[in-house]
Amino acid sequence: MKLDLLTSLYVFMLAAFIGFEVIRRVSPLLHTPLMSLTNALDAIAVIGAIILVGERKSALSTVLGTIAIVAATSNLVGGFLITDRMLKMFRPSGPKKP
Amino acid sequence: MTAAPGREQLIEVAYLAATALFILSLKWLGSPATARRGVRCGELGMLLAVGGTLLHHGIVDYKWIAAALALGVIIGTPLGRVQMTAVPQRTALSHAFGALCVTLVGTAEFYLRAPDVPRFMMAVLALEVILGSLTFTGSLMAAGKLQEILPQRPITYRGQNVVNLALLAVALGAAAYLVHRPGQTQLFPAVVGIPLLFGVLMIIPIGGADMPTVISLLNSYAGLAAAAMGFVLDSKLLIIAGALDGASGFILSVNMSKAMNRSFSNVLFGAFGQEQPAGASAQPERSGRSATPEEAATILAAASRVVIVPGYGMAVAQAQHKVRELYDALTKRGVEVKFGIHPVAGRMPGHMNVLLAEADIPYDKLLDMDEINGDLPQTDVALVIGANDVTNPAARNDASSPIYGMPILDVDRARTVMVIKRSMAAGFAGIANPLYYLDKTLMLFGDARSFVGAIVRELAGAQG
Repeated sequence: MKLDLLTSLYVFMLAAFIGFEVIRRVSPLLHTPLMSLTNALDAIAVIGAIILVGERKSALSTVLGTIAIVAATSNLVGGFLITDRMLKMFRPSGPKKP
Repeated sequence: MTAAPGREQLIEVAYLAATALFILSLKWLGSPATARRGVRCGELGMLLAVGGTLLHHGIVDYKWIAAALALGVIIGTPLGRVQMTAVPQRTALSHAFGALCVTLVGTAEFYLRAPDVPRFMMAVLALEVILGSLTFTGSLMAAGKLQEILPQRPITYRGQNVVNLALLAVALGAAAYLVHRPGQTQLFPAVVGIPLLFGVLMIIPIGGADMPTVISLLNSYAGLAAAAMGFVLDSKLLIIAGALDGASGFILSVNMSKAMNRSFSNVLFGAFGQEQPAGASAQPERSGRSATPEEAATILAAASRVVIVPGYGMAVAQAQHKVRELYDALTKRGVEVKFGIHPVAGRMPGHMNVLLAEADIPYDKLLDMDEINGDLPQTDVALVIGANDVTNPAARNDASSPIYGMPILDVDRARTVMVIKRSMAAGFAGIANPLYYLDKTLMLFGDARSFVGAIVRELAGAQG
């Protein structure tokens, strides 16, 4: 098991900086959708769980991994759904259909 | 690594593309005009990442994966369709799910690798499960309080902070010992279990008004836990997604704390609600001027600029659609109506914006505190609906007030202030609001929804 610690730390640091810069620019108007979207993106943890279950190394890892997939997938689906529903509601003023 | 090398590279490319798409997704979320494109982008990234992962050569069995994915979709779909008023508790619940996933994977990884876990790996694994498990129970507690299954009032007792911090110290100590001697696997349950308990105890003393900060903080923890998982699995994609989520939660928590003029530690260990009894007994013997819907309608109709300040009370009364009718009635008469939204109004960051957007109010009329405060002195009527502490002028001019220094919406600078409120009772933090006793203030006593409805009827009657 090789663990390229330093590269990982660099990646983490750069991603954190990008995150700060990008998210600082998000209008306070959209802070709720921001939270639900980052939550959905965070469900990427599902990939770790999928490999864990697929490899079937032990009964414990299969059971825990299966629950983990369920939890992450429900976040993924629910998070994207609700973010889009919220964003659909944000409309500028001006002429609109009744 | 005996499988076709082409497939490995395909997976890596999929991850790389997903990473770029995630960053673009957040970038496009920056403004309402491009935000939905951001969601599409995130979905595409997720599809690529999950699709790529399913090609992974190590996967020998798809049965459980397929079942779990299907079950996740079944549970996730209704969670994506909840009422907009339930969004804060849904968000808390999704933090709990995310943290649960990370904790379970971390636990499984530990038992697969123990007792030969390299030190660094053990340290990040411990960080992953500690953050994950405290976020799991903490978020469940927060969701329970927001859903009002659990009492919303903060519950405090003597020595609470000492107990909590001691518990956390024990968990960290056990984790440190495991890093030193990874063979001591019997300690691992403590590293998972104690933070589970800590998460519960951490949220017990937290009241409803502090929820925006706490939800943001839990968001940040969930992200950091996922990033730690990325270190354990050596997955750059996971590290980046976790770092983005962690950064987002961190920025929001800093915003929220600033908007309440409090530090993180004060939110977590302060238990504002303790001041309640003292504040309530100090209630002055004055009474504000009150007005009827008819009088309120007359004043509003005569105004040329109106600013509406919504708060959690509007959400509780489900008054947003009536507010929209009021907005329409006034706009039709040529009155300029804007909304002034405090960062901590409601139960999570941006809560009021979502409710008002749901009621079809154009987003360019929703202004945040800094934008609207410049307008308030030229405003004829400031109409406060279900907001209290965020309009309290004591925060500006009474150094003895517990909320002194907190940035507020300067509604007292408008020519006339109208406050819709159930009664004269103090707000969440139990602090009297001098705004209610100003000569320019009219109190409109009643339920927000029916009172706004009555004003709308008066306005319609006067016109017809």
